[in-house]
Amino acid sequence: MLQLFKMSFRDLGRNRRRSFFSALAVSVGLMILMLMSSVINGEMGSAIQGAIILETGHIQVRAASYDQNKSSLKWEDLVVNPDQIASQISVLPQVKAATPRLYASGFISAGNQSAGARIYGIDPASAANDPYRLGIISGSYLKADDSAGLLIGKPSAEKLHLKAGDNVSLSVNTANGDVAEQTFIVRGIYSTNTSSFDSATIFLPLTKAQTITQAQNRASTVFVLLKDASYTEAVASALKGSDLKVLTWKDLNPLILDWETQANSYISILYLIILAIAASVIINTLIMSVYERTREIGILSAIGMRGGRIMVLFLAESTLLAVGGVLMGVVLGVVSAYLFNIHGFYIGNMGLTGFTVADTIFAKLTLNDTINLSILTFIVTILAGLYPAIMASRLQPVEALRAEK
Amino acid sequence: MEVVKIDNATRVYKIGTMETQALRGVNLSIENGEFTALVGPSGSGKTTLLQLIGCLDQPSSGAVWVDGKDVTRLNRNQRADMRRGHIGFIFQFFALIPTLTAYENVEMPLLLNGHSPSERRERVMELLKAVDLVERAKNRPDQLSGGQQQRIAIARALAPKPALVLADEPTANLDTENGTQVMQIMEKLNKETGVTFVFATHDPRVMKYARRIVTLRDGLIVENNGNGKNS
Repeated sequence: MLQLFKMSFRDLGRNRRRSFFSALAVSVGLMILMLMSSVINGEMGSAIQGAIILETGHIQVRAASYDQNKSSLKWEDLVVNPDQIASQISVLPQVKAATPRLYASGFISAGNQSAGARIYGIDPASAANDPYRLGIISGSYLKADDSAGLLIGKPSAEKLHLKAGDNVSLSVNTANGDVAEQTFIVRGIYSTNTSSFDSATIFLPLTKAQTITQAQNRASTVFVLLKDASYTEAVASALKGSDLKVLTWKDLNPLILDWETQANSYISILYLIILAIAASVIINTLIMSVYERTREIGILSAIGMRGGRIMVLFLAESTLLAVGGVLMGVVLGVVSAYLFNIHGFYIGNMGLTGFTVADTIFAKLTLNDTINLSILTFIVTILAGLYPAIMASRLQPVEALRAEK
Repeated sequence: MEVVKIDNATRVYKIGTMETQALRGVNLSIENGEFTALVGPSGSGKTTLLQLIGCLDQPSSGAVWVDGKDVTRLNRNQRADMRRGHIGFIFQFFALIPTLTAYENVEMPLLLNGHSPSERRERVMELLKAVDLVERAKNRPDQLSGGQQQRIAIARALAPKPALVLADEPTANLDTENGTQVMQIMEKLNKETGVTFVFATHDPRVMKYARRIVTLRDGLIVENNGNGKNS
């Protein structure tokens, strides 16, 4: 066997350039697979993480009748005494923060420009709202007792030509179905680097939001952020049992999870296409090799090498190409994923609604993906050598010996 | 004892609807230790006959026995095993593996036969010495002259200690001096080791080394002179 590999290695060395480019095709294929996988991982991770931090939290506790799509403000659809519930949840060891939120819809006007808005009434002091506080790029953050200030996202501020300190008119739906209108001061402009979120969301202090919407001491939800997503099911189970509905981030982000499943399906097809291209290069190289070495195959057969061994000889060549290609591919894949991890890949606002995809995707390559994709590429490359190997093993010695050198 | 026995062997090649009769019913017996030449003009069936004896091809009808075995009844792998253990080949075009050194080329049949490294080393060195090419052991075929390559091919053919060595036009690609040297080595090894040599040629300078000359014409044996035995 060692001698067969030695022969295969030397055979590959006969046409070094061709062998190198064949191995390179495998390595570029693997690099693309690793890069695609890391970008998808990064994008999915960012979308899910973004949705959890900015919008849904790990868990939400709501009134059973609350309909998120209608941003209902009817009292029966809201959580009563949300502060008390949030305090009770906060004491659980797995919980990082629990805070009431009130959601309303409306629109914001400045001058003769206006835009639709999702209004979040938040407790500015809660750690769950730190991402908004840390995102302030102009002006200041909200205070709990601020009854005239609001935060507006950077895209909306640019669209409405607003800066911190400007006055805006905000119209908000109320609990009794009316629309309340009031002038606010733009206290601060924020950016979470997630255009789809920033362009539609306006923050008010919770108490002010409760007042303007006439929700009184009620909230749409108690937003719960955990120390780790893995605690979700355990904490959700612990919270169930009352009249309130407990929803996890999986319940609240079905679109992202569907998208992930679909993306994985598409990516599998792309994987197959890339691997098929790499495999066709290997098949081509080895078929060329069989044709060039037909007489040699005849000689080996004449001195008694069985067809099976001739097949192994050619499979050894595809194995060596696979080893070289995979090693080079892993290096190229790790380097390219690292560069995309450091510098990111700017996609801007893709116009996706219902998704909190960050404007920049950072590749995230996992060890698991690296190993799996390397093994997959290795197997496909070896399998690609199967047809030429069978072809070589079936050559009739007399005909092979007659071949032109 | 008979090393080769051919009983009414025919070989018909079909190309489309065309049929070409390369052998038309050949009967031949070759005894152990013979040094026999198959002679005749191009297309007379010499190479086809060697291929049947060498288990590289199968007759269309008739039977071929090599070293006591009816090789026409063997399957592809069994014929490969037969070639590996019982038959050595020397070809007109030298037929060395270009990526292997002279040493490794001679070693190849021993590797295929599963000999131990020490057995292989001993046998290869013995043969390289016999063909006077010990100093060329590490050279690859492209670093050897035609004559040297053919001597390595002889050493390789003898490596597994075969009952029979078949040589197809072994001197056709060599100049007179190298051709003579190759024939002298083959003759010497035949005498020293007793291994049977059968070679196809149409070169009169080569024929003079043969102790038995079998002449073929149009796929039939037309003359059979000498007993091929070492006198």
